[in-house]
Amino acid sequence: MEDTPQKSPAPEQVILRMTSIGKSFLGVRVLRGIDLSATAGEVHAVVGENGAGKSTLMKILAGVHQPDEGTVEIGGETRSFAHPVEAQRAGVAIIYQEFNLLPERTVADNVFLGREPTRRGLLDRAAMDAATSRLLDELDEHSFGPRDMVKDLSVAQQQVVEIVKALSVDARIVVMDEPTAALAEHEVELLYRLIRRLQGRGIAVLYISHRLREVFDLADRVTVLKDGAHVATVRTSDVTTAALVKMMVGRELDAYFPPRADEAVIGEPLLTLRDAGNGKLDGIDLDLRAGEIVGIAGLQGSGRSSLAKAIFGAEPFTRGEITPTRPANVREGVAAGIGLVTEDRKAEGLVLNQSVRDNALLVTRAIGRGGRSHRSTAAVAALLEKVRLRPPRQETEVKYLSGGNQQKVVLAKWLTLAPKVLLFDEPTRGVDVGAKAAIHDLMRELADTGTAILMISSELPELIGMSDRIVVLRDGRVAGHLPAGATEEAVMALAAGAAGAAA
Amino acid sequence: MIALVANPTRAVYAALIATLAIGWALVAFDGGAFTLNDIVGIQQRSAALGIVAVGQTLAILAGSLDLSVAYLISLVSLVAAETMAGQSSNILTAVVVALGVSALVGLVNGVVITKLKVHAFIATLGVALVIRGVLDHLYDGPAGRVPVDFQQLGYARIGPIPVAAILWAAVAVAVWFLLRRTRLGNRIYAVGGDVEVARLSGVRTDRVVIAAHVLCSLCAGVAGLLLASRLGAGAPTVGTDGGYDLESIAAVVLGGTALAGGRGGVAGTVGGVLLLAVLDSIFNQLEVNSFFKDVVRGVVIVVAVAVYARRTGRRAS
Repeated sequence: MEDTPQKSPAPEQVILRMTSIGKSFLGVRVLRGIDLSATAGEVHAVVGENGAGKSTLMKILAGVHQPDEGTVEIGGETRSFAHPVEAQRAGVAIIYQEFNLLPERTVADNVFLGREPTRRGLLDRAAMDAATSRLLDELDEHSFGPRDMVKDLSVAQQQVVEIVKALSVDARIVVMDEPTAALAEHEVELLYRLIRRLQGRGIAVLYISHRLREVFDLADRVTVLKDGAHVATVRTSDVTTAALVKMMVGRELDAYFPPRADEAVIGEPLLTLRDAGNGKLDGIDLDLRAGEIVGIAGLQGSGRSSLAKAIFGAEPFTRGEITPTRPANVREGVAAGIGLVTEDRKAEGLVLNQSVRDNALLVTRAIGRGGRSHRSTAAVAALLEKVRLRPPRQETEVKYLSGGNQQKVVLAKWLTLAPKVLLFDEPTRGVDVGAKAAIHDLMRELADTGTAILMISSELPELIGMSDRIVVLRDGRVAGHLPAGATEEAVMALAAGAAGAAA
Repeated sequence: MIALVANPTRAVYAALIATLAIGWALVAFDGGAFTLNDIVGIQQRSAALGIVAVGQTLAILAGSLDLSVAYLISLVSLVAAETMAGQSSNILTAVVVALGVSALVGLVNGVVITKLKVHAFIATLGVALVIRGVLDHLYDGPAGRVPVDFQQLGYARIGPIPVAAILWAAVAVAVWFLLRRTRLGNRIYAVGGDVEVARLSGVRTDRVVIAAHVLCSLCAGVAGLLLASRLGAGAPTVGTDGGYDLESIAAVVLGGTALAGGRGGVAGTVGGVLLLAVLDSIFNQLEVNSFFKDVVRGVVIVVAVAVYARRTGRRAS
């Protein structure tokens, strides 16, 4: 019951205490009566569906928004921040999902941006480099140095730069927003180690994540928010995953995935690859059949996204036999009835500052298919109803939608095509639990109506829960096939496979 | 070759050397000769554009740009020449007044962009039109007189090197130093790279953009003084006739600085200006039709940017 906190210097020293925080935007109450505290060396997870108020709460802590009610105490002192920089000075560092780094500048430049040390009026680059090196050493990070350009670093390394930046300002509270969203499995391990080190330094880590496994792996306590209100704060050792999900959505974990396909539903292959390859893929044999969801597993860099892009025509196959069509470009792919729900919906899936309606009609307008009747307000309304967009407003700019709703708009875009084959690359990344279930249901419905579906996911429970069949990739080749309901271990063994055996 | 293209600054110097070599050969083939005098002439001609382009580099690196430099140059030439009124004793006052006017115009540009949140393109175009209106209203031809002493700036040489070229070099080195070794320089890159990242890191981004514009306009002011000394008077069309607004932007971009800001530097700009000037000299030597000259310059600029874009595209993938 009493769980032993990690070797933190003063375990009970409360660093952060937010008390009955309330906030309204344009008369709409988005937060009410939220309490949140964190002690030195604690990892405190904050969970809740999108729209639950997590990001607003964090933005209040970061000084981006000012609370209407309640107080923020840091180190026992009541503080109010008018600007993010003031929060930073008070020791709050936020690591957003989209990093705040300059790709064209060096690591040291980024770490000291806005606080560059000078000597006799000139930049003291030596001091910047030395301080950055020292912090990298302390984090046991030797894969890059202070003079490397940020654009040359991997996502995981850039995350380390963000952490170094936080340490260099002596942050006492580090907020991490979905830090594993863009990381591969083995990089997540490294992040865990980094977080343990932050804990060891007596820093309070607020960890926002949709991935409950990480919450249980890392956090000492977890605070659940729902609809802008505080549901509970519990020790992770006192609660089960199912109970936590129930607190978040009022639904048991079992209802998480729709039932798999019946053998009877699965029909003819709609797409067949034989010995297909290009610069990143080789010798791919794959059948996508009507009514079936094929899961694609593999480590980052194993060619999962490349496979989807090749089938779609964005990075076409250059060899092998592909029937019925081998699209040479995206237009041919779309014309053949292939859709791709990309991994990065903000950059590749949506035009953020256009309306829901315009985005939903992107594909049909681009290929000039479907007459005016398909573009009528009523037709779009029916489409949005089909993807269960809530609320189904057509004129909202998609940038104001939650991740889940954005993904539904991407789906709507492809549904106008009546796709034969639909490829999903990380369909529920950055999507809250409720919308996740809705997207899963939609995928299954599509399959049931005869669409062939390929799904890439880094989240193994999702991949296993959804797929009728799993294909594991490794180094651009098919490493093996697994039936529905395979274990995570089986998938990982194949994905790591030869590399693991050789090491 | 790949290594050369991988770095735009190196690429532009490689192109410069290649152009010089090819030009030399062509001119020799044509029966002429490329002499030291021609090289000096190149320096002489490129100095004014070079100084403007160095200033423009600051504005562009900060994620902005300045279309008002051409009219500002005209204005400065008139203000300086009229203040001097042919008297050597007025030189210092005239320089101070001219640079003061320049700084003020830069300040207006910067404030309109940052505080009124008008896009730099429109803001500086508007300021340019305002200056043009003033010029058209007050002047219908050259005015003022520059004393012989001040004309030394445009024509004198120290050894074989024109003073104008030395002035250009001094401005370029000063700005290079500013970008490399000062906080302001670091922050100009940061603001141009990503204004939101800079802001969230505690950089007062508005001040950085304003400072970049003031410095850009000061450079244009120095160029205006240089041109006044060459003409011996101020002229309301000296800036626009030289096409310093678009040409300076072209030189900066040719030098590998990203038009979106945050990447590039002065060294590239100097190379870009020299490349344009060398092309010019070669065409003059070969007595090429001036329309054809413009066609080639246009093609060179577009091709250069296309090459740099390829490079960044590859890196990103």
